[in-house]
Amino acid sequence: MFEISVNGKTTTADVEPDTPLLWVLRDTLHLTGTKFGCGVSACGACTVHIDGDPVRSCSIAIEDVVGSDITTIEGLAENTLTAVQLAWIEEQVPQCGYCQSGMIMSVSAFLKENPNPTDDDIDASITNICRCGTYPRIRKAIHNAAKKQGGQ
Amino acid sequence: MGKFKLTRRKFLVAGALAGGGLAIGYGFKTDDPDNAALSASTSEGEIALNAWIKIDTKGIVTVAIPRSEMGQGIYTALAMLVAEELDADFETIRVEQAPIDDVYANVTVLQDALPFSDKFHDGEDTIGAAGMANVAGLLGVQATGGSTSVRDAWIPMRQAGATAKSMLVTAAARTWKVSPDECSVENGVISHSRTNKSGGFGEFVIKAASETVPLSNNLKNQDNYKLIGKPVYRLDIPEKVNGAAVFGIDITLPDMAYAAVKLCPVFGGKVASYEEKAVVELPGVLKVVAFETGVAVIADSFWRAKTAVENLPVIFESGEAVSTSSDQIIDLLTQSVGNDDARTYSEIGDATSALSSAPNKITATYTVPYLAHACLEPMNCTAKVTETGVEVWMPNQAPTLVKWFAEKIADVPAENIKVHTTLLGGGFGRRAEIDLVLMAVTIAKSLKNRPVKLVWTRENDIQHDMYRPAAVSQFHAALGADGKIEAWKNRIVSQSVSGSFTARLIPWATMDVPDNTTSEGAADIPYEFTNRLVDHVPVTLPIPVGFWRSVGHSYNGFFTESFMDEAAFAAKQDPIEFRLAHLRDNQDFTAVLQKAKEVSNWSSPLPAGKGRGVALHESFGSIVAQVAEVSVDDEKVVTIDKVYCVIDCGTVVNPDTVVAQMEGGIIFGLSAALFGEITIENGQVVNENFPDYDMIRLANAPEIETFLAPSGRRLGGVGEPGTPPIAPAVTNAIFAATGDRVRTLPLTKSGYSA
Repeated sequence: MFEISVNGKTTTADVEPDTPLLWVLRDTLHLTGTKFGCGVSACGACTVHIDGDPVRSCSIAIEDVVGSDITTIEGLAENTLTAVQLAWIEEQVPQCGYCQSGMIMSVSAFLKENPNPTDDDIDASITNICRCGTYPRIRKAIHNAAKKQGGQ
Repeated sequence: MGKFKLTRRKFLVAGALAGGGLAIGYGFKTDDPDNAALSASTSEGEIALNAWIKIDTKGIVTVAIPRSEMGQGIYTALAMLVAEELDADFETIRVEQAPIDDVYANVTVLQDALPFSDKFHDGEDTIGAAGMANVAGLLGVQATGGSTSVRDAWIPMRQAGATAKSMLVTAAARTWKVSPDECSVENGVISHSRTNKSGGFGEFVIKAASETVPLSNNLKNQDNYKLIGKPVYRLDIPEKVNGAAVFGIDITLPDMAYAAVKLCPVFGGKVASYEEKAVVELPGVLKVVAFETGVAVIADSFWRAKTAVENLPVIFESGEAVSTSSDQIIDLLTQSVGNDDARTYSEIGDATSALSSAPNKITATYTVPYLAHACLEPMNCTAKVTETGVEVWMPNQAPTLVKWFAEKIADVPAENIKVHTTLLGGGFGRRAEIDLVLMAVTIAKSLKNRPVKLVWTRENDIQHDMYRPAAVSQFHAALGADGKIEAWKNRIVSQSVSGSFTARLIPWATMDVPDNTTSEGAADIPYEFTNRLVDHVPVTLPIPVGFWRSVGHSYNGFFTESFMDEAAFAAKQDPIEFRLAHLRDNQDFTAVLQKAKEVSNWSSPLPAGKGRGVALHESFGSIVAQVAEVSVDDEKVVTIDKVYCVIDCGTVVNPDTVVAQMEGGIIFGLSAALFGEITIENGQVVNENFPDYDMIRLANAPEIETFLAPSGRRLGGVGEPGTPPIAPAVTNAIFAATGDRVRTLPLTKSGYSA
């Protein structure tokens, strides 16, 4: 039995210690906004924040996140949408939308570290896969969100 | 076959049909009420005025969308068609997935895909096409594909809006005791100006339900459009930025169990034996279920099911495919170019004779590999089987097929089958297949009365896809003294996608019939040659092939536009001028190509190491020209600096969606052109996951600028047409930059990287 903190709430999960956080979120806590895409940390669809850092939750075990603050897409915005989410709507980014939880989580953490990124910074840091090919809009939305947050 | 009542004929037609994708309404029924299926889903205070529109007493309008939302923006585009003619306030529009009903059948997909559908000749007005429309309507197959959704809905969903408006106006006029002709509607408000009366749809919807009005054919002239052609925010985007959107894999039901599978790695292989006792004691394991091609473990969570199935010893019987490799297949396809059993798809003049006597000839052979769809949402299907019925939740492109096959496996009465189509995390043709529903219902049948969610891993997905076929294409052309092509001979060799798909639907059917998808984009190119012969050699192989975004166009676009470029070079002409010279009176194509030339600043010089390439291709009724600007360095690293894209899709419904589909289609095609290759050895796929089946990411995604050039020609699709031109635009640009002609995809095979 593990006790973890997700989106500000403490909760328990009766799973094996090596169970990836992704599956605890999805199958135990029914927080399905975090997506399974590859299971090998290659696509980024499962990205969540652990103590503020972007982490691919398919590749981190539940036993390694006890005592950490975990934030999922469901807990990203408190009441109103964040600048990143608003920029995603303004630029009409999502197509199928499946990768976008992970994209938004990756970008949100990235912009905290680098509030005024160049295109090269974006290329180096945001390596998630979008099979629909929304990349041109993701790039625009990142710059838009940076501007909204006062970075540009 | 139990209760499976479909006739052989119906299935043959359905199989061939699903080839290009299925999607569009058959239109209003004339016999029974067409809103019966939708009425069953109304909530309190809500009325279904017809099969597409529900309105509640507060004035909220819910549009039933009979197509699958897989990212192409169809929820919004089809809602716009209804709202336009209804004169609704778009803020009051909601969408929901339509139930399964004959009224929602997609006719256009059948028209495009069936053998002898006249597609390559005169389009949709021919007797063959009209006949196909009738067959499609009778079949009642609801499906999404072939870039058909807006084309198919264009008339019936606008009629639905106009007819519902007429019902509302008639009800209001009767209440006010005025003539309906004197009433007007704007933004969801009905008004009668002389008596200064007005009211919203919600006030009149109950009365409107009992009004009988004729089907409205009085649709708006395009000058009066308020929504169509204007950029509208997509209705599905808000829930896709906060994690609320529910895809098939997100379905959560009370008492739900989870299944993971181990599948026979070799195509066509079967389970020989397995040791159930090795896993039954593992935590959470509920059941082990074998089926023909694999074994499933059902557990109380997906991770436990997956862990157990990985630990389950299974012995497979490999079958005859075990000696097959993709290298051998490419050799076989290449050798088969010389076969004498080719099927002709286009013949004008006598290309063979013209070539034999021509002094100036060129020839080239091109090759493309198998490709996987790799939808980002892994394949999944949830099923609950009871003694009397079955319920299925699935991200799918063909709910009618899902229903038929759930019925077949569960062996329950047809009226007790319920299919819920969720949002799709990508489709691209993969989700028109029935393998997941067959597997999920088979597994769920072993654990009756509990919903079971079957989820495939990425490895399952990459290794058990229905692949875009590998293909080889050989060209011979004769150049005349005027520098133009006098004779064009093109032979394509590949498996038949429609044949492979149909065989999966009806395993006992053997079909060797024409398959337009094999030669689409080759037999119907717009260039005028005095002599032209395009034929195709069908090859049967044990590799399952399926509909992959743009289907035959995905390779024929690369083949034909590469060879046109080679011909232009041989004729010492500019690639765009050379193409224009062969378009003669083809104004629509000329206009698109001229526009691409202008917006890309085609004639401006580029520095060394950079090149521009062009491609022009029509597919699914839309004409697209793309110009790619690339840089190639000394290490053969390719950078796609910029792509200019011009599309004429006839009429634009939601312009931003058209732009988005061009961007997405280009990047989809680029992933294939740069990296895409499924390798087969010993009858099994070698690739496993994204690290060895790579995708374009932000760092190598080009800047894309799209220009809409709607000419008002017949409405075209937009989901697929952006894909075919990008590979040849890029390889033609590499030729311009380096002089290296790439005839084999992906580019990594020629030593390039990105």
